[in-house]
Amino acid sequence: MTLLGQFALWSALLVGLWAAVVGFSGRWHGRPELALSVTRAVYALFGVLLVAAASLWKGLITHDFNIEYVYSYTSRNLPGYYIVSAFWAGQKGSLLFWAIVLSLFAALAQWLTPARYRALMPYVAAVTSTVTCFFVTVMLFASNPFQRMAVTPPDGNGLNPQLQNIGMVIHPPMLYLGYISITIPFAFAIAALLSRRLDAGWIQAIRKWTIMSWLFLSIGITLGMWWAYVELGWGGYWAWDPVENASLLPWLTMSAFLHSVMVQEKRGMLKRWNMTLIIGSFLLSIFGTFITRSGVIASVHSFTQSNVGYFFLGFLLSAGILSYTLLHTRWDQLEADVPLESMLSREAAFLFNNLLFIGIAFSVLWGTLFPILSEAVRGTKISVGPPFFNKVNVPLGLLLLALTGIGPLIAWRKASTANLRRQFTWPVATGLLVTAMLAAAGMRNLYALMALGLAGFVTGTLAQEFVRGTTARRKMYDESYPLAFGRLVARNRRRYGGYIVHAGMVIYFAAFAGYAFKTEMEATLKPGASVSLRSPYGHTYTFTHLGVSQFEQLNRVVTQASVQVTRNGKPIGIVNSEKRQHFSEPAPGVRQKSFEPSTEVGIRYTLQEDLYIVYAGSVAGTEEAVYRFTINPLVVWVWIGGVVLVIGGLITMWPGGVVSGAPRQKQAGYEVQLAGSGAVE
Amino acid sequence: MNLTRRALVGGIGVWLFGAATRGRLAAQQETQRPEEEEAGALRDPASAGRSREPVSHGDNDPFVTGVEKRLQCTCGCTLDIYTCRTTDFTCTYSPALHKEVLALQDEGKTADEIVAAFVAKYGEKVLLAPKPEGFNIVGYVLPSLAVLLVGGVMFAILRRRTRMVEVARAGSEAGPSGLPPGAGQSVTSTPPATAEELARLEYELKELDQ
Repeated sequence: MTLLGQFALWSALLVGLWAAVVGFSGRWHGRPELALSVTRAVYALFGVLLVAAASLWKGLITHDFNIEYVYSYTSRNLPGYYIVSAFWAGQKGSLLFWAIVLSLFAALAQWLTPARYRALMPYVAAVTSTVTCFFVTVMLFASNPFQRMAVTPPDGNGLNPQLQNIGMVIHPPMLYLGYISITIPFAFAIAALLSRRLDAGWIQAIRKWTIMSWLFLSIGITLGMWWAYVELGWGGYWAWDPVENASLLPWLTMSAFLHSVMVQEKRGMLKRWNMTLIIGSFLLSIFGTFITRSGVIASVHSFTQSNVGYFFLGFLLSAGILSYTLLHTRWDQLEADVPLESMLSREAAFLFNNLLFIGIAFSVLWGTLFPILSEAVRGTKISVGPPFFNKVNVPLGLLLLALTGIGPLIAWRKASTANLRRQFTWPVATGLLVTAMLAAAGMRNLYALMALGLAGFVTGTLAQEFVRGTTARRKMYDESYPLAFGRLVARNRRRYGGYIVHAGMVIYFAAFAGYAFKTEMEATLKPGASVSLRSPYGHTYTFTHLGVSQFEQLNRVVTQASVQVTRNGKPIGIVNSEKRQHFSEPAPGVRQKSFEPSTEVGIRYTLQEDLYIVYAGSVAGTEEAVYRFTINPLVVWVWIGGVVLVIGGLITMWPGGVVSGAPRQKQAGYEVQLAGSGAVE
Repeated sequence: MNLTRRALVGGIGVWLFGAATRGRLAAQQETQRPEEEEAGALRDPASAGRSREPVSHGDNDPFVTGVEKRLQCTCGCTLDIYTCRTTDFTCTYSPALHKEVLALQDEGKTADEIVAAFVAKYGEKVLLAPKPEGFNIVGYVLPSLAVLLVGGVMFAILRRRTRMVEVARAGSEAGPSGLPPGAGQSVTSTPPATAEELARLEYELKELDQ
């Protein structure tokens, strides 16, 4: 199968090169058969990469340990679902995963894009094929997933225990889907620049792709936080690690784009800015991959260091220089249709919202790269950790949260003073009320107080929008409240879906504020012994060590420590935390320990606070256990916020839901131009 | 976890009510004296990870944990010493660094002196965040400064442009002669809109508000 996989990779390179060369050459202008061949090359590229992926999966499933990748990331006793996820657990497999998914998206873009944009499609095919070719080249020349070993070992190395978690089955592909799908909007942007079709057409063509990409990134980042929380055992979910930062960067620029693109759609403004953002988002997705794979910055998440970093750096620089040069040549054609009419307008609010998104992205990038810069300037190695990022980003994040509430309250074009007063009264009152209540309750952490107060303000804004919309519908169509509410959202999916996304963000911020009140302690307990910890809400939790048991489960020996928990004297349950010693079985009856014992955290989730219990180990091989007990307020709201955000995103991108019965304007320009160019079948 | 809407709303309510009525949000710890019981031996101690020493008073001392949260573990994990020693139980560096902190505390050193001693021994890299001095100030200040600067320039440019738009609009409303709107209208001025055009305008404006 490796031979077939290898052959498929070489075929993919040739097919991809054909699509890229013919697509970029523009020779297909006036030659429909060439345009068709470029499109078909994209489908073929997906086909051959599917063969390559199937070959690797076959190797993984059949335990072909002669393949170096299969040996490195699996073992005979690895549970089936982790064998499937081992495909993207290592660098080589993840490169193939990237290539196959990109080729799938490229094929879907060719297939699903309405015919009126057909004039752009050969250029789109050229861009997607170039990026796919880059990944295939890296695999063929630097990191080949089909590399064979000199001898065939009886068993594999196994999968890192921390990757043996359901979060790691879903989180990396989601993040990859986010990174990868940015290529499609980028390809359309480049196609629009190359073809000089710079009206709103390309923006409409990529609308669903951009939301999808942003949604996948959001899901991937949230699942990554969840995995870190339940698996890594340090009691938090975000550590400002370079690889985490790398995933946040394109999310921030895509978030900025999703806001600024509305200004282009409604008012014909910010055309240059939107192009810049899309190109920047694509480059940041490649930058994230470069950070993860180059080893240039220390990170706990990095893949094994290898020379693929040079490939990515070269590609990143080339793509950046070429894209922005192209944008520069079309600069004059991207002038705004109308000027900004007032500083008190939604357009202006979106501009400042974009400034903050990009400001945060810059500060994250700056902090991530500052150790390299400092070493270059001063010759001294430094570390830039959470205290730095929190100091720089928290104020900007709070300003952004404030704008989340301000933006929807300001009208397009120009807002009057009377309108502002009417719009802001209730939301501001809600924010002040929440702040006053919390301050009266004794909350003295300034940032937490501000975050929760602003969360109250934004909630007030969102509630007001929903209430006014529902009431207006009810009056206009004589509908019941639930029906009016349902139809309001269904008929204005983009607007109200967006508000639900904002609600998700508010929940996130409130949950982040809760992190300021994290409480923890360590204790050594013999069976029957107890320790108490008071939570920020004033509850007293008592943890009684019940004992330690050992048993075998799947591919590991489990050492489980059990704790009985009471709250204010009332028993609320038993929480177990584990040490897992994984082993491989090179021959029947033969066992080899693989990796160091890993820790499984015991968590009791409640809406108020999580009890987070870590069994650190035993004293002198006895049942006397060392624990870390942590009380984490509001953490569950991070995951709830993620779910709300995804629901909002799905509503936004759900097909249909046109505001009124007015017919949509046809993209007549594209069809006319196409007919003229002869690129239509 | 299944969460109903009522549970969600209830949870938020309980939380706000709890926060409002309990008075203090500062957390406190209470450690009960553990009952001394015999602890049985584990069947396979090696599978339970490295043997641990019992937790001492210093391990939970806020002074010690506070200092450790300012210092990075030297094992290459990028975590602070406290988090590493209480998370990565395979790390041999963080327990040793923890002992160094305890030893320096016993010598009567202040938090800053302990941090300075670590910097002298391990270099500036041991700090979890660089000291805000010298070139490092650029690191701290530049992002916020850039946002302020760009925001300020953006504000100034947009303000000037919007004023120009207002002036131009006022000029066009006043007409070429500078007379008030409507005065001296000639036959070449814009004709009044038809009902169809007004309906379309209304729709467009409605669209803008979506």
